[in-house]
Amino acid sequence: MVEASPKLSVRDLTVRYGDKTALDAVSLDVLTNEILGIIGPANSGKTSFLRALNRMEEFDPNMTVQGDIFFEGQNITAIRNVYALRRKVGVVFPLPVGLPMSVYDNVAFAPRLAGIRKRAELDVIVERCLTRAALWDEVKDRLDALGSLLSGGQQQRLTIARALSQNPELLLLDEFSIAVDPVTTMRIEDVLKELKHEITIVLVTNLVQQARRLADRTAFFLQSELVEIAETEELFTGTVQDQRTRDYVEGRFG
Amino acid sequence: MPADVQTDARSSGIAHDLNTRGRAWYIDRAVSVGVFVGGVSAIVFIVGIFVFVTREGLDFVIGPMDAKEFFTSINWRPTSERNPTYGILALMAGTASVTGLAMLVAVPFSLGAAIYIAEFASGKMRESLKVLVELLAAIPSVVWGFVGMTIMNPLIIEFFDVAVGLSVLNAGVILGLMAAPIMTTIAEDALKAVPDSYREAAEAMGATRWQVVFKVVLPAAKSGLMASVLLGVGRGFGETMAVLMASGHAINLPTSPFDSVRALTATIAAELGDTARGSDHYGVLFTLGIFLFVVTFIINLTADIVVKGVGRK
Repeated sequence: MVEASPKLSVRDLTVRYGDKTALDAVSLDVLTNEILGIIGPANSGKTSFLRALNRMEEFDPNMTVQGDIFFEGQNITAIRNVYALRRKVGVVFPLPVGLPMSVYDNVAFAPRLAGIRKRAELDVIVERCLTRAALWDEVKDRLDALGSLLSGGQQQRLTIARALSQNPELLLLDEFSIAVDPVTTMRIEDVLKELKHEITIVLVTNLVQQARRLADRTAFFLQSELVEIAETEELFTGTVQDQRTRDYVEGRFG
Repeated sequence: MPADVQTDARSSGIAHDLNTRGRAWYIDRAVSVGVFVGGVSAIVFIVGIFVFVTREGLDFVIGPMDAKEFFTSINWRPTSERNPTYGILALMAGTASVTGLAMLVAVPFSLGAAIYIAEFASGKMRESLKVLVELLAAIPSVVWGFVGMTIMNPLIIEFFDVAVGLSVLNAGVILGLMAAPIMTTIAEDALKAVPDSYREAAEAMGATRWQVVFKVVLPAAKSGLMASVLLGVGRGFGETMAVLMASGHAINLPTSPFDSVRALTATIAAELGDTARGSDHYGVLFTLGIFLFVVTFIINLTADIVVKGVGRK
């Protein structure tokens, strides 16, 4: 199932906030059409890793990034048009963010940025993305309602639909389920399993079992370092394992 | 209540604790009363001012006032011995033209400044700009009037080759500069109130800074921005001293920005000291006051409704 070609190659990635190191010299590959799970306790550098992938250091003057990130062979730490990169990379944040506009406009936001103006074309994209995010049936009659008025779980699926509307090649999910009930979480997980046939997914999660359910390979981050990365089943069944990983996945951490 | 339960409670002393009001309770009560008085006093003052202004103006309104003349005549001759007339059309036009021009100046300036401070500037630049803007807002209006008379006036005369530089243009620009800082502060607050998560979400989709501002932040902040504009209108409407000094204070229906005009507020300020208490002239000035009060009230009420109305959606 997992193809060998790396979609993303990260080499010696170091992220600092001021003089505090959040991620220390991490190197790993993300393979095309896999779900890579990233697990680890709070402050282990998982989110910083994702932020660097999308060049989000530009939001935060305090954040500095060193090392190289190759996206399809192109070193994105040195590209000129960071906006074009971000259009290829969809991000889902931990807390759902329905932009203060209608459901329709939320999903049409990125296509409009990309220059699509025709209503008919947008209609198609909106319906397809909402359907893929398992939200279409619930909102098809109120596409004009304000996105920020949907329930938390719906907003999170709206966020996923929005991320899909960019036609991303890479989808980054940062603990998407912390504000979502378990039933919705399962629905989104099913969506992700479908999506990975077309998209490469990096899934940061606090739920060890979620990584086990979804991820083809899983990386374990601890205290700003990558402890190890392996096929998910190997990581969980203990074929190749660092003692720290074993403690964490078995819930004996601490 | 069963007797044995009651006895239990009494013997343990709980009944006493639960029925005794301690110091904290009295302090809490005293503070709520104090804060209540403070809050209500605002209403008392507003109502008090309105009642006073109305009482002084009422004699004129129900007596010699001719509503048609009052609102449609440009003849403001309250001191005429034989035939005093009280038409405020020119005064309203003066106030409206100056306020209108002031908004043309202030809205782009204040919006631009607010967007820059809230969205683009960072660190020291941003802090110093904020302090400067607040400092600007604290300049007394008489100083602005002074600037209008001694700096703007000769500049306008020289630049546009006109005879008099105290005009709608002068007063409008001065008033615009005067209103811009407070409008900037309010607008910036409105922009800052837009959660950063909106910005991050939009930027993560590949929106540029300007696209984020234009498509996400401004729509999200529109009610606050509207409030800042209406506040500026209210400020322009009520401003007296700077307008008195910079407008030329001549009764005129302006046909060009270089005409001198007279504002409602400036008229009250300039003439009230010369009137005999209880005279028609005295009464009509208070009627102007009622009029101003009502208009400002309507502006503020509109601002409130706009803010709440748009905010709800």
